[in-house]
Amino acid sequence: MNPIQQRRQEYRSLFKQNVAKRLLVDKVVKIIVFSCVIIAIIPLGSILIEVFKNGLTAISIEFLTETPGSAGSGEGGIGPAIQGTLIIIGLSSIIGVPIGVMSGVFLSEYGDNALARFIRFFNDVFMEFPSIILGIFAFLIIVLVLGHFSVWAGAFALSLIMFPIVARTTEESLKMVPMTYREAGTALGLKKWVITFRIVISAAKSGMITGILLSVSRIGGETAPLIMTVLGSSQFFSSMDTPMDALPLRIWRLSLLPYDSAQLQGWGAALVLIMIILGINLGVRYYFTNKKNGFFGQLIKQRKKITK
Amino acid sequence: MTALTINPINMESSPVAAPERRTPIDISKYKMIAENVTVSYGGIDAVRNVTMKFKENSVTALIGPSGCGKTTFLRCLNRMHDMTKNAKVKGKVMLDDIDLYSKAIDPIYHRRKVGMVFQKPNPFPTMSVYDNVTSGLRLNGVKDKKILDEIVEDSLKMAYLWDEVKNDLKKSAVELSGGQQQRLCIARALAIQPEVLLMDEPASALDPIATQKIEETIIELKNDYTIIIVTHNMQQAIRVSDYTGFMYLGDLVEFGETKKLFTDPKEELTAKYVQGHFG
Repeated sequence: MNPIQQRRQEYRSLFKQNVAKRLLVDKVVKIIVFSCVIIAIIPLGSILIEVFKNGLTAISIEFLTETPGSAGSGEGGIGPAIQGTLIIIGLSSIIGVPIGVMSGVFLSEYGDNALARFIRFFNDVFMEFPSIILGIFAFLIIVLVLGHFSVWAGAFALSLIMFPIVARTTEESLKMVPMTYREAGTALGLKKWVITFRIVISAAKSGMITGILLSVSRIGGETAPLIMTVLGSSQFFSSMDTPMDALPLRIWRLSLLPYDSAQLQGWGAALVLIMIILGINLGVRYYFTNKKNGFFGQLIKQRKKITK
Repeated sequence: MTALTINPINMESSPVAAPERRTPIDISKYKMIAENVTVSYGGIDAVRNVTMKFKENSVTALIGPSGCGKTTFLRCLNRMHDMTKNAKVKGKVMLDDIDLYSKAIDPIYHRRKVGMVFQKPNPFPTMSVYDNVTSGLRLNGVKDKKILDEIVEDSLKMAYLWDEVKNDLKKSAVELSGGQQQRLCIARALAIQPEVLLMDEPASALDPIATQKIEETIIELKNDYTIIIVTHNMQQAIRVSDYTGFMYLGDLVEFGETKKLFTDPKEELTAKYVQGHFG
């Protein structure tokens, strides 16, 4: 056996040592990982169980559709709050998503310069801003200037929370798209914006949707900026220039009341908010993953067949 | 015949400007001329002072060991280095009588005249086979369904993919095998009806049968296109090309008729490489 072969034998025997120990380490790591997951899930699970347990008893048709009754009476519902939450989520998304997506496109596709680095840094800081500060900002520049609380101010404050999240996640998902697709588009003589919007974005869609849903979930539960902007109300939506109710506001008010019946209604409102967020998430995801083969896709196909 | 005034680009920014030519180039015989092309990444030259002329309706092969700058050179014939941040191109690339690197021209327009097939298949993942082939046209505003259908059939036939996909053109491109994807990319490049076709090792991901088909395609396409192909496979260069350039460490060592280069090379280095002594 020559020296090189001998050394190779030594190396091989090295790998055979400590097999039992390495298997044990492998198991220990696995156990640690699993127990950490369990520890993280326990509070989440117990919150959900608590909300469902308390909330389900409060829910009825009247509770979902009626305006709030007098404090502590246990009558009335959270209709205006549900309506308000849907309005404010929709309106904030209409403002925040396009701006966020465009900023993300800028950072990813044109972001190789000092301006973009500055914006990226600012964006990251902005993302961590306490939401009440954004609420105060909206209060100062809209509510005080116009002289009244309004839906616009609320949507503005929430879209400020939304857009850095959307911008960041859009940037990250666009960067994940391999350069080769951009190169292929360039070689076909396509303009940069065509490559970006028709090729790169469609390849990055699922990541971008995740980011948008994340931001929708985040603003759905925001309370502090709403206190400063839409204030809350016990009536259904009347105009964009008047106060409006929203679920987080209603939960907050109900939970502060010293009556058991009010607190039970608070639990119910919390359950409704969770279900709305969950519903938006599942619905959007289902729509996009099954666009071609799912329910909506089939509908579109059928309609096409009929029109043919 | 068009006389050219030579106007080396980046005169101000480059310390070593391309030398002035004394006589105007006779471009009538050549589709594409690369003159004193130097490409550097962050100050390090990857391709040095390469001058090559590509005859109309001919196939030119670029051979050489890995890292010799073949691909880098090929990419600058299409201004693909515009996308790389610290790449710098000096010299001139003439397509017909237009300098691709002059400030006045729009590279987007000229890229439509120069198709490119990349080493790794890169079909657009979210598009169907049909949409991939037509992408260059559709996204440039061609909407006539009849024309698109014709071009799809034409291009896919030229790339020898038609028979395998004709029954399901709406299938997603990523469902195809690697070799089929590469032929799809060739079809996509052909669909924009370029005049020059750049191919960067187009057959490196293909099996021998598909490779043979691609080579047949290349020989057939010669009638209408000027083709420049980078290849590691010297047999392939012999089979398909009329002219061959041998590159080594960023220099163009020898450039001439394929037959001559492989049987009676002028340079010793070329002889060593084509006989398989290194590389």
